[in-house]
Amino acid sequence: MTSKASWPLYEVFVRGKRGLNHVHVGSLHAPDAELALRNARDVYTRRNEGVSIWVVPAEAITASSPDEKDPFFEPSGDKVYRHPTFYAIPDDVPHL
Amino acid sequence: MSFDNAYESLLEGDQDAHWAFGTGFHESLAGVDRALPSTVDTAELAAYCLMLGDDALILSQRLAQWCSRAPELEEDVALANIALDLLGQARLLLARAGEAEGRGRDEDALAYLRDEGEFRNVHLVEADCGDDFAATIAQLLVFSTYRLALFTRLAGSADPVVAAIAAKGVKELAYHRDHAAQWVLRLGDGTDYSRERMLAGLARVWPFVEELFAPHRIELGLAEAGVAVDPAELRSEVDGVLDTVLSAAGLTRPEARPLATVAGRAGRDGVHTEAMGYLLAEMQHIARSLPGAVW
Repeated sequence: MTSKASWPLYEVFVRGKRGLNHVHVGSLHAPDAELALRNARDVYTRRNEGVSIWVVPAEAITASSPDEKDPFFEPSGDKVYRHPTFYAIPDDVPHL
Repeated sequence: MSFDNAYESLLEGDQDAHWAFGTGFHESLAGVDRALPSTVDTAELAAYCLMLGDDALILSQRLAQWCSRAPELEEDVALANIALDLLGQARLLLARAGEAEGRGRDEDALAYLRDEGEFRNVHLVEADCGDDFAATIAQLLVFSTYRLALFTRLAGSADPVVAAIAAKGVKELAYHRDHAAQWVLRLGDGTDYSRERMLAGLARVWPFVEELFAPHRIELGLAEAGVAVDPAELRSEVDGVLDTVLSAAGLTRPEARPLATVAGRAGRDGVHTEAMGYLLAEMQHIARSLPGAVW
């Protein structure tokens, strides 16, 4: 019998009705991906939150390390010129 | 700011703002004509709604007994969700039964103040599977397969309220059946031990299968009027689905003698098994000890 401790962890992403992309909402344990999807439906969309669910094995995610935070993210902090905010937007260009 | 109950605060102002992203709730029976059909014997309609409602109410109570005791937290939530779906169906059906009966009994009076002999549910739903998860899954698989076949047909009922309740229930039941089937596949096709447990679970509930398809006088009468469905018509579809699930799981139908009736009378006539009284005692205790109590 498989012990509980061996059920792998899955990360759950839900797309809301008006959301354009899937958003990470939490994680859960499940014996396999199909049941992870169903568990996610029961645990994370019971209040009518979602129209689409992704589950991803947590071990498949490669994450940046907190130790690398400074070299990873700090250098972009003073590069304000990377934002396209230095242009005058013509009045007749909508949806910008 | 004060509210009579916690839910009111959720409904205040911009309703959508209270939710992370869950919005767009709707009343499932909105716009349905609740007038009783003139062509139908209302006492029979009331009795039929009790049969359908009691099936859901009693299995809901059985599944609720898993709360905090399921093998996994996620399964705990899943079984509770299914129980709540069934409780919702029961509430709508008991309310309809009360309307048709016309004796001023509401859904609560029907759920909490009837005695065992007045309950019309089949024996399958009252069966006490205790802490046997595989037996509960077998019970859920058989019941949801039967009820999905039934509700699919009842969505065309001549009673608009029964039709609307059935149409709403079809989506819920499709999920319940899928949930049970997923577990039957995994337990049946898992380890030797899980397979043995699944077979034992199926054997435990199989004596109750026959009753599901035995037509009651009221069902036959209302089927004639286009309100109800003759359960015997469901048999081949239900057998087909169960065989498909079992064979995919590498299992076969258990050999089981159907539970004996009492001179032809069973759950639909208010004749129940021993487990029923204990279930009702637990379910009705608070409502009867504190009559009229509210939260």
